[in-house]
Amino acid sequence: MNPFWLIPFPPAVGAFVLIVAGRKLSRKAVAWLACLAAAASFVLAVISFQSLLGGASAGRPILRTLFTWIQAGEFRADLAFRFDPLSAVMVLVVTGVGLLIHVYSTGYMSRDRSFARFFAFLNLFTFAMLILVLADNLVLMFVGWEGVGLCSYLLIGFWFEKPAAAAAGQKAFIVNRIGDAGFLLGILFLFLTIGGVSFGAINEAVAGGIIAPATATLIAVLLFVGAAGKSAQIPLYVWLPDAMEGPTPVSALIHAATMVTAGVYMVARLNPLYAASPAASEVVAVVGALTAVFAATIALVQNDIKRVLAYSTISQLGYMFIGCGVGAYAAGVFHLYTHAFFKSLLFLAAGSVMHALSGELDMRKMGGLRKHLPRTYPTFLIGAVAIAGVPFLSGFFSKDAVLTAAFAQGRYFIWALGLGGAVLTAFYMFRLVFLTFHGQERLEPEVKRHLHESPGAMTVPLVILAFFSVFAGYVGLPPVVGKHAHLFDRFLEPVIKPAEGGHLGLGTEWVLIAASVAAALLGIGAAYAFFLRDPRIPRRLGEKFPGLYRLLLNKYYVDEAYDAAIVKPLVQGSARVYDKFDLAVIDGAVNGSARAAGLLGRLLSLIQSGLIKDYALAVLFGMAIFLGVLFF
Amino acid sequence: MSIPILSLVAFLPLAGAALLLFLPRENKVLLYGIALAFTIAVFLFSLPLHFAFDGGTADPQFVERANWLGLGIEYHVGVDGISLYLVLMTTFLMPLALLASWSHIRDRIKEYLFFMLLLETGMIGVFIALNLFLFYVFWEAALIPMVFLIGMWGGRRRVYASTKFVLFTMAGSLLMLVAMFVLYAAFFKETGTHSFALADLLNLSLAPKLQTWLFLAFGLAFAVKVPMFPFHTWLPDAHVEAPTAGSVILAAVLLKMGAYGFLRFAFPLFPEAAAKFLPVLAVLAVIGIIYGGFMALVQKDVKSLVAYSSVSHMGLIMLALFAGNTAGVQGAVIHMVNHGLSTGMLFLCVGILYERAHTRLIKDFGGVSGRMPVFAAFFLVAVLSSLGLPGLNGFVGEILCLYGAFAADKLWAVLAVTTVILAAAYLLGMFRRVMHGPIANDHIRAFRDLNGREIALLVPIVVLMFWIGLHPSTFLRKMDASVAQYVSRIKGRERVFVVKPLAAPVAVEAGRATE
Amino acid sequence: MIPAGWFLSLGLLLFVLGIIAFFVKRDLLTQFLSIEVMLGAGNLAFLALARGPAKVEAQVIVFFVMTVAAAEAAVGMAIILLVHRRRRSIKTEDLRTLKG
Repeated sequence: MNPFWLIPFPPAVGAFVLIVAGRKLSRKAVAWLACLAAAASFVLAVISFQSLLGGASAGRPILRTLFTWIQAGEFRADLAFRFDPLSAVMVLVVTGVGLLIHVYSTGYMSRDRSFARFFAFLNLFTFAMLILVLADNLVLMFVGWEGVGLCSYLLIGFWFEKPAAAAAGQKAFIVNRIGDAGFLLGILFLFLTIGGVSFGAINEAVAGGIIAPATATLIAVLLFVGAAGKSAQIPLYVWLPDAMEGPTPVSALIHAATMVTAGVYMVARLNPLYAASPAASEVVAVVGALTAVFAATIALVQNDIKRVLAYSTISQLGYMFIGCGVGAYAAGVFHLYTHAFFKSLLFLAAGSVMHALSGELDMRKMGGLRKHLPRTYPTFLIGAVAIAGVPFLSGFFSKDAVLTAAFAQGRYFIWALGLGGAVLTAFYMFRLVFLTFHGQERLEPEVKRHLHESPGAMTVPLVILAFFSVFAGYVGLPPVVGKHAHLFDRFLEPVIKPAEGGHLGLGTEWVLIAASVAAALLGIGAAYAFFLRDPRIPRRLGEKFPGLYRLLLNKYYVDEAYDAAIVKPLVQGSARVYDKFDLAVIDGAVNGSARAAGLLGRLLSLIQSGLIKDYALAVLFGMAIFLGVLFF
Repeated sequence: MSIPILSLVAFLPLAGAALLLFLPRENKVLLYGIALAFTIAVFLFSLPLHFAFDGGTADPQFVERANWLGLGIEYHVGVDGISLYLVLMTTFLMPLALLASWSHIRDRIKEYLFFMLLLETGMIGVFIALNLFLFYVFWEAALIPMVFLIGMWGGRRRVYASTKFVLFTMAGSLLMLVAMFVLYAAFFKETGTHSFALADLLNLSLAPKLQTWLFLAFGLAFAVKVPMFPFHTWLPDAHVEAPTAGSVILAAVLLKMGAYGFLRFAFPLFPEAAAKFLPVLAVLAVIGIIYGGFMALVQKDVKSLVAYSSVSHMGLIMLALFAGNTAGVQGAVIHMVNHGLSTGMLFLCVGILYERAHTRLIKDFGGVSGRMPVFAAFFLVAVLSSLGLPGLNGFVGEILCLYGAFAADKLWAVLAVTTVILAAAYLLGMFRRVMHGPIANDHIRAFRDLNGREIALLVPIVVLMFWIGLHPSTFLRKMDASVAQYVSRIKGRERVFVVKPLAAPVAVEAGRATE
Repeated sequence: MIPAGWFLSLGLLLFVLGIIAFFVKRDLLTQFLSIEVMLGAGNLAFLALARGPAKVEAQVIVFFVMTVAAAEAAVGMAIILLVHRRRRSIKTEDLRTLKG
């Protein structure tokens, strides 16, 4: 008996208790309850994972239908869960990283007024995310999909007294909803085409060739719109940088490790559908590649430590989509998996920096923190090295897997973009490291006085994550190592069929690896040259290309463009329609007809003189006429 | 069934209203107590309707039939799967509406409660009448108390609003009355007997031209009530001016009378004419969805924002009805209940705010969450239910409605799906401006959080929201047969679409549920 | 015996006088009296006809008319009295509230 279907429920119970009674519990009780709920899920996940590995049905999907959820006519969606290698990976990441972040938060949020509310939402998020990854059909997946969106909204706007936080939460939800509208249409379209939305049915239908290629493309693209919203891809990425208004553990858990990867997970989950539509895959790959580079360029010049990480996340999500788009879904998921560790590590470490600096986010006011934060610095450095793609750390293997796959599929342009992005990644990450931890101290005196390393509840998760950031990649070594290569891909094989063709010779593999390494070193070297050796270079560059610098600093003015081109016209147009049409025309017609009736009445009332005699005369004449008619 | 349960449910409120007349007008507790006791009793009596209802048959159940005025004017009532939950929603919301009035209505309590109870009888009657004449009587009986509720206990422009409400609805319903008599005459001409019974009139074969006119007359009455674009302008005014309970009932029940009218009368009685007007009606519904959403976006008054959101939601319900397939119609019916719950709760929440702030303008609020965390949670649930968050009731209706529309015409659904975005935009925008941000002024600083009564009246709605959201089968299964019969009756001009028979293996796979 | 025609003529004369008086006079009270005269004239005509074919019916009607006239006089006088009390006038020119 595999207990996988129970995995989501401990956090649900935790969230329920905390929402109903959280304010009456002590902080300690709240922390224990929330962490225990997350831990229970993690334990269940491990047990389920083990029983998936063992047993006769190793790797085969395990299904469990709780009950028929919605059914009307031919529409039907069950409350059904699915456990297979892909969901196992996701569940382990979500519960594992989730648990660490729960623990971290007990320290990070320890002085917050709404301690219980925070953990209630965190538990609720874990629940929704687990529903998302365990769902056996798209409709139930949509429940988790929107559920994590809700929690994201609630947690971004956690400090709702701050107008910026409230606005960021709202923006995140609405932008996500734009994606979700596409996702929903995709679900409906899919149902109408094949009469079901369970993943088994979809795979069967694709295998049976029931979906025409054009239809498959349309459905896949519609679903990808949803993924672009959730996973912050062009053109719907704009919410993620703003989402950094939320508490840092939230940024780590939701906006780096788990929720934002839901789109990647969905594409990987539906890999037969995307594989059946080259056009849709092309869209995925191109959007991913463009986003990877685009976001990385913005990250180059941001001064807010969390924003740099946010754009970095967008960029890395782009890599995952490159993997999916070129047909190497396993590579995409592999990068998702490693990214979860090192990016949450980076966020948590950044949170630790913030914690130490009384909430300071601006890198220009940091520097030289290396010696003050002896535990945060090495872990952050490990994360940075991992994401930069330095060999033998997890990020190197996964990024290399993605790029190699793109090259192997003959997508040289996308490969080149990805490689360029890798240079940028290494550069901005080490810019971050150097500006924050190295060089001279630029702290404000008040901040400096309170400078302190974070408590154990925060640093222990950092160390654990750092461990995984180094070693998590060893389950997916490149083919050059021989027979232990691609363990991760092989584990996923029941769900994700390996891409066809495109096998490279060992020599080519080595060349590609060398290119990746070169890219990483180039980026790091450039950052070193710019920010440690001669800190005047960046300023000089900025002065030399002021337009470009301002363009990047202002994030290509995309927010402003959206506001001017979409939001403002719609809102102002609505206001005008309300005034000029709803009130003036429709209501005007109504009130006008009422007034017309009134006018007619007033006109007729002129006959009324008010004199009794006139009325009597009218009676008399009437009588006379009546009699006249009667007798003559 | 020996107990005339439907009559009991329908007329117990009337008895309560009569009893109220003999009570002293000063004793607020007694008056509220009696009225509340009656509405709760009505709700309890209506529960057996759910439990004893047989979902396997499409015929009306709990039928009572007796001669009333002769010449085909009979007392003939019954419920089927379509009307069942509208009746139950009415009886469920009525006690809550009264409870919400406790601190809100302070003068002329006796008259207020009298009209509320009268209203309940009228509304329940509308949903259970199987005789057209009887239906009309109840239809008007539900209209008049509402006019008084708005006109006497309403806001500043209450007279304008109530007059507008009366004129709009009367204009439609008088035409419907004429059409009923034409139908009656046509039946007499064809069979030589008098009947207003719906079941008899359904068998009538009418000339296309006559059908067209009659459909227009019925359709106008119902379209005004729904309200469909462009007959919607009475709604924001009525909502803004009505007292809280009036808004709740207006949104939750009275609007459903329009949609129900289409479902019960206009479509089945005049299928050919309905088919002819379907494209026009669908376009109006789609316009309503989008237009209502955009108008809601720019409202300054919370109540009129919710009112325009109703226009949008009702547009979706109508679109699903027009789709005419099983998923769409079931979705429409369940979404009617959902809209009743979510919009009703939104109005309750706005009422709670209004009692504290004595304003409903969005700009007068800000940062309320900081003062009223418990209220914030409830308000958020209402907002989320209204914007169709999965797991809550709104989603179940929304996805079925959208699926029905999609199955009928892809373009409809593509346009209608914008509601998903718009609803989030206007509701969360409102929520942010009212609840979030720094505390806007000293009034808000003095707000107290919900009291026991207010929590007690919101909790049942929340429970039901989750129930419908998580296990809608409880309700959907009861309406299967009735909806199937309806769909087969209006078939022929319905857009038939074919689902490839792949559903079966899916079901088998899911059913195995093995390791 | 005087022929019925005389009575009818007298009734007609009284009725016409009543009409003329109603139009000539300007205060409610006199107008009210002239209405009474008209009613009396009507009664007289009925009684004259009672000699002819409609013996019983005419007399019954007369009783009805007398009852109605009495009731009407009571109500009417009361109204006039109230009007006078409120408006300090029973001139019809002054009572033009109904003017449109």
